[in-house]
Amino acid sequence: MIGVSKMKPYTNVLDRPLSKGKLEVSLSAFAFLFSELVQYNQTQVDNIAELERRLEDAGYAVGARVLELLCHRDKGNRRETRLLGILSFVHSTVWKVLFGKVADSLEKGTEHDDEYMISEKELLVNRFISIPKDMGTFNCGAFVAGIVRGVLDSAGFPAIVTAHFVPMDGQQRPRTTILIKFAEEVLQREARLG
Amino acid sequence: MAPAGPRFGDAIFANVERVNAELFTLTYGAIVRQLLTDLEEVEEVNKQLDQMGYNIGIRLIDEFLAKSNVSRCVDFKETAEMIAKVGFKMFLGVSASVTNWDADGTCCGIVLEDNPLVDFVELPDTCQGLYYCNILSGVIRGALEMVSMKTEITWVRDMLRGDDAFELQVKLLKQVPEEYPYKDDE
Repeated sequence: MIGVSKMKPYTNVLDRPLSKGKLEVSLSAFAFLFSELVQYNQTQVDNIAELERRLEDAGYAVGARVLELLCHRDKGNRRETRLLGILSFVHSTVWKVLFGKVADSLEKGTEHDDEYMISEKELLVNRFISIPKDMGTFNCGAFVAGIVRGVLDSAGFPAIVTAHFVPMDGQQRPRTTILIKFAEEVLQREARLG
Repeated sequence: MAPAGPRFGDAIFANVERVNAELFTLTYGAIVRQLLTDLEEVEEVNKQLDQMGYNIGIRLIDEFLAKSNVSRCVDFKETAEMIAKVGFKMFLGVSASVTNWDADGTCCGIVLEDNPLVDFVELPDTCQGLYYCNILSGVIRGALEMVSMKTEITWVRDMLRGDDAFELQVKLLKQVPEEYPYKDDE
């Protein structure tokens, strides 16, 4: 009927069909929101480490939910149980859904067996961010590190995840590397599973 | 001036860079949860969300004007239509409609049928006083203030509270005459 709006009666969140995840909002809307997240958290802390921790916490909450959502929607309620499986899930599936592309690279640390790195030339959240000189090594990628930690932890792979700027030759802006250091128990389990 | 209509907002939205709405939704959820933990009082959270929205609004208006290329609206009615048809569409990808005008054309309702902020959200009993989407009212208030309009914005319908849609009541308090930043003799 013309002129009648498609008002939907209110239904419980669990009674509604799960969205396919194809909807989009403008990048600026996200950038504005993210900037408020960072600015608000700046008012709540005394130092950079604390600010990174708070952003990481916010990201963790996102990651935990992303894992649940994606496992339910894309993987028939199954999740990866092996180290490389979950890493490639983060690097490909999670990245693709959240940032529209797979991450630029996934590498194993050369010095330590328990370290892996996901690198991104231009991390979405850092797109419009420039770090003032007095904030040193602060990286808003801490939020993304939190997302990664949220996904890994909720999937049974506890890890310490941090974000770092890595200068690149011939590039004006450094890339961001998300460093994942798995807990000992994860590696022991992997070894047992063979 | 280009015609203002749903197509117009659509065209802008189609041409801007976009991100997955779930990232946006979950990030907003993380913000609200952080505020609830930090501030404890639901009332304070409402205020902080409104403030964040205001901060966004005063910056977002520049992008809105630059990308939409609209010129000055002739009256508040046109302004409200712009917000609903162009503003919401170009930033959030959803359209809104304007209803419930009062007799003198200074107060109306903006109705949102889809709202990307509230996917996956359910308010627990402890947060019944929370205006979950209060950031939106702040954005509109901030943006309008930058184009010389003082407004008061309140939620009249909220799906998270069991209503059938989201409706913001936008009330024009006064038009602030534009002041030049400099004096004649300077």
